Amino acid sequence: MTTPSVLETRLGELWPDIWHATGETLVMVAWTMVLGGALGLLLGLALYLTRSRGLFANRVVSAVLNLLVNFFRPIPFIIFIAAVQPLAREVVGIGIGMRAAIFALILAAMFGIARIVEQSLVNVPPGVIEAARAMGASRLRIALTVLVPEALAPMILGYTFAFVAVIDMTAVAGLIAAGGIGNFAQVYGYRQYDTAVTWVCVLILVAMVQIVQVVGNLLANRILRR
Amino acid sequence: MTTTATDAGDPAQPLLRLRGVTKTYPGRRGAAVTAVDGVDLDVAAGGIQAIVGYSGAGKSTLVRLVNALEPATSGSIVVDGVEVVGLPERRLRQVRLGIGMIFQQFNLFESRTVWGNLAYPLQVAGVGKAEQQRRISELLHFVGLPDKAHAHPRHLSGGQKQRVGIARALATSPKLLLADEATSALDPDTTQEVLELLKRVNAELGTTIVAITHEMDVVRTIADNVAVMEKGRVVESGPVYDVFSAPRQPVTRRFVRTVVDDEPDAAALAALRERHPGRLVKLELREDGPRQADVFGVLSRRQVPFALVYGGIEEVRGATFGNLTLALDGPSAEVDAALAELRDVVPLKELA
Repeated sequence: MTTPSVLETRLGELWPDIWHATGETLVMVAWTMVLGGALGLLLGLALYLTRSRGLFANRVVSAVLNLLVNFFRPIPFIIFIAAVQPLAREVVGIGIGMRAAIFALILAAMFGIARIVEQSLVNVPPGVIEAARAMGASRLRIALTVLVPEALAPMILGYTFAFVAVIDMTAVAGLIAAGGIGNFAQVYGYRQYDTAVTWVCVLILVAMVQIVQVVGNLLANRILRR
Repeated sequence: MTTTATDAGDPAQPLLRLRGVTKTYPGRRGAAVTAVDGVDLDVAAGGIQAIVGYSGAGKSTLVRLVNALEPATSGSIVVDGVEVVGLPERRLRQVRLGIGMIFQQFNLFESRTVWGNLAYPLQVAGVGKAEQQRRISELLHFVGLPDKAHAHPRHLSGGQKQRVGIARALATSPKLLLADEATSALDPDTTQEVLELLKRVNAELGTTIVAITHEMDVVRTIADNVAVMEKGRVVESGPVYDVFSAPRQPVTRRFVRTVVDDEPDAAALAALRERHPGRLVKLELREDGPRQADVFGVLSRRQVPFALVYGGIEEVRGATFGNLTLALDGPSAEVDAALAELRDVVPLKELA
């Protein structure tokens, strides 16, 4: 077999597969952002609320949560996805494929988003919380109806950042045969020396990131400007 | 230390009653920090009680003990008949519905419109939608911001923000309003505007107000009674006129001097000495004391030339008083005789 020249490309016949792979990526990102986003919000709230002087200040819980987040967050996703394979088998019943990948993505996103949420909440002026307490609001009500709305703009920017990071992480999902556009670029572009295919995949990823970033900025600005 | 009741309410049953209230924080290396130290204070229903002190005196902590934003370490705090100290969080939430609070930094919810800010305490109190509407509209008219209902706080001026803060604090019709340096972030004009509103809150709605401040002007403008705090303790308290006209503690004197001249301090005295060869005496003129005409009549009759060199006449809560420093000229025998006669008429102090 001879190495194809740069000009020889199978791009024309691969379009249907490219769109299919793009769809796979979107499915993985969507599940991750919805479930990982929700879990990350809860974990982030817990991190913030249990801090010293927080509404639910609790030294032990705070220490345990921080240890947990600090343990998992720095693990590179390419290692993380392999390391959680046994857990994936237990929870979603399979260690490979899209379901296992989504499981790993949700977990990884949760830890990352938790820190982003915590950082956004830290910037809410304590006086606002005090005002709500003075009105007789319960701590849970304050968390949900004051803290989250007050931190919404930075949180949206944080979620946008996480969104882009998750798109990046899905490229690794091919490692456990989960498909996706990143994997497609490696298999049909990089390994086949088909630069055109690689670049089409790159452009699709760039387009996704751009759309997400523009929408995120728009939403955040709209909230900040009101 | 107790302050007497003003006009409304039964003095035997103050709306707010503090006895031996203490707050200590665990400090670094085990040394506890006492922020509030054995405070006794009664605030009559319908009155305006000012609490003054320099920053760190414990006044902000004290006011947060009243609605239990921070728990008191010991002592008794009775708000409208309910002992707050030791009350569980759930019951405290009930008590807090009856206590409004406003803040130096306004602490409005930036994520909500003015309407949303006013709706929040009503939602917490479980007020129905229709009643919320009625009440919010009423509140906005009361504070003079009916056209700002749908504005976001960031588009309001400082004075408007505080008026929204006041409306929000009054939403659930509390009997007690705690004002924590409510005008300290405002310019003088806006301060007057907000103080006028607080006076109206007190006069028209009968809301009792406890106002924390370091500005004596605020005390002079709105308060009936004042308590002076230093190092966690109330060192002096009483009706504003009494405290202003006869401050006993050094810290009180310093505060009173920020709005009304007392006697010249050492530096001012030295400067006066250079310009005025005669003897310097300070007279205290009080509302119920001698008339100025009597005082100056003595000097004229004795033909002692005098100049008014320091001090002035002030008005506090509708009563006038002054601290005047005079330079007396003329032969010392004449001056001595005049001073002897004056001493019988008015409190007098010769400044060395």
